[in-house]
Amino acid sequence: MLEGIMIGLTAAFSIQNLLMVIAGCLIGTFIGMLPGLGPMSIIAIMIPVAITLGDPTAALILLAGVYYGAIFGGSTSSILLNAPGVAGTVATSFDGYPMARKGQAGKALTIAAVASFAGGTIGAILLMIFAPALSSVALLFHSAEYFALMVVGLSAIAAFAGTGQVAKALMMTILGLILATVGEGALFNMPRFTMGLMDLQSGISFITLAMAMFALPEAMFLVLNPARGSNGQEGGSGKITGLRFSRQEAKAMAPVIGRQSVQGFFIGVLPGAGATIASFLGYAVERNIAKGEEQAEFGKGSVKGLAAPETANNAACTGSFVPLLTLGIPGSGTTAILLGALIALNVTPGPRLMTDTPEVFWAVIISMFIGNLVLLILNLPLIPYIAKILSIPRNYLIPFILFFTLMGAYIGQNNATELLILVGLGVMATIFRFADYPLAPLLIGFILGTMLEDNFARSMQLYRGLDFIIERPMTLALLVLALLLVLLPSYRARRARKRAEGVADGD
Amino acid sequence: MALDRWIALIFVTFCCAYGYLAFFTMDQLLPPFMQRNPVWPSTFPKILSVLGVIVGLIVLLGFEKSKDEAEPSATEINYRRLQDYELGRALMLLGLMVVYAISLRPAGFLIATSVFLIAGSAVLGERKWHVMIPVSALAAGGVWYLVQEVLGIFLRPFPFFVGN
Repeated sequence: MLEGIMIGLTAAFSIQNLLMVIAGCLIGTFIGMLPGLGPMSIIAIMIPVAITLGDPTAALILLAGVYYGAIFGGSTSSILLNAPGVAGTVATSFDGYPMARKGQAGKALTIAAVASFAGGTIGAILLMIFAPALSSVALLFHSAEYFALMVVGLSAIAAFAGTGQVAKALMMTILGLILATVGEGALFNMPRFTMGLMDLQSGISFITLAMAMFALPEAMFLVLNPARGSNGQEGGSGKITGLRFSRQEAKAMAPVIGRQSVQGFFIGVLPGAGATIASFLGYAVERNIAKGEEQAEFGKGSVKGLAAPETANNAACTGSFVPLLTLGIPGSGTTAILLGALIALNVTPGPRLMTDTPEVFWAVIISMFIGNLVLLILNLPLIPYIAKILSIPRNYLIPFILFFTLMGAYIGQNNATELLILVGLGVMATIFRFADYPLAPLLIGFILGTMLEDNFARSMQLYRGLDFIIERPMTLALLVLALLLVLLPSYRARRARKRAEGVADGD
Repeated sequence: MALDRWIALIFVTFCCAYGYLAFFTMDQLLPPFMQRNPVWPSTFPKILSVLGVIVGLIVLLGFEKSKDEAEPSATEINYRRLQDYELGRALMLLGLMVVYAISLRPAGFLIATSVFLIAGSAVLGERKWHVMIPVSALAAGGVWYLVQEVLGIFLRPFPFFVGN
């Protein structure tokens, strides 16, 4: 491991890669602050740039920096405007915005930055400990287990979608899998479902799909509802002063940060859970633990209430890298996009990543530390200036967002038909959003689709049929787990309803 | 019927069509030597289409009770009040994107992009032409320089008749 860390250090500390981290964090903060543009959209827009870099290490470092920056930028707009740019920072606005209203915007931002830094750094340390262990286990896996593992991942993402959403999330996952079968796969050397169109021969580009699923609907929503993301616009131009917090407040926050880093990290490891759940859960847990007066303070500008979600969401972001780097299975929309970028760069994430290309693996982890540091020491003093972007009129902002979306799809493929596909899929995604369908499962299904089919076909060939399910106990166990994950939420909901009805009858 | 059920209905129909293609049209094209394989190109699509129909029907028939209708927040979009929103503007922007896609090659990157950005902000109600035009032109030029010179991806800057 020490050797790996050294390789990572030398790779991450090259001038090019240091610049990448800094650029990524700045760009991420800059765009993440804009209302409505989440980390997924930003990373999707940055992918063509990252791919043209050619060097997978640099590309991944850039994208990870953008990811961190975007989350940090999202907290900034939550605190200053009460307009979270990202779902993961909604809990930040509970206490961050009241603090800003009290004239403590500077302090709130510093606390957010310090908490994010601590969450990210502790998360990265946990990642260093757990990822190698998990990948040595994962090396024992055969394609049958991989197939089962991906089924578990996809079911978990659906199961975590929330009450009444499981079937919808499954539907989106299957749609993603179906879209992945379009085009000529490497497996069979024959075009499938292209409807005779040349442009579909190579399948649907995942960048186009990512843009269409996330960036375009957000932009459309901003157009449709001008109230979206513009409440309290004047807050952005206000003076931000007094960045310091007191020693007493630091003492109050320290245990919160410690607990939430660990809790957030492990929630982030679970597929489908991610930063949003981690931040809400972190907030709820800390509010329940807090005593008397401190508990009453929550929601009115509590230091602890701000530190908890901020620590948890950054730790969860780091945690979500564990399944990506060790199993090659993304647990969230963002890591799914990163996986797509890696595949485009000829790097296959998975248990062999650490042995085959250790420089990629370790450089990414080391750059997480650097990224967190950059956010703390470079971004924090710049925040008052970066916050000026919040006052850009939306009449200029929206055409530019649309333009960058189009450009992202175009330079990836150099094909104007791709832009029409983008608009078509984007309209579809907007309608899905109207009907409250989750879109991340679709993208994850799409990216995993090819791998899922590959592993399925390989195990079928090895065992001459479906026998692999019975002959490999681990595969069977994983598939049963997947089934349970899907069925459990509806079973529990039904039981809760029955119980409620029983109570009503008893009266 | 609510929008999510309509979508589920369309999805089930789509899965049936997809399943029809997988079950009845794909295997005839299969060369004889591949027919001895346990997995055919159509195997996975067949499974997906069946699963898709099942899950689609679950959503369509409302087997899974959704959570109680929460009060929609001011910033979230409620499709039942779609006409209250700026639907016209959104559709115009979509149209503009299609026009951009079609005209990007023949008109060249610089002209197409500038026109797209200016028209986009005009659709959104901006009327300060003295700001919009220079900003759009600068952005188009800047992005072209970045993509062509820094990233090294060819983008035709001028209309087709200018030649380069």
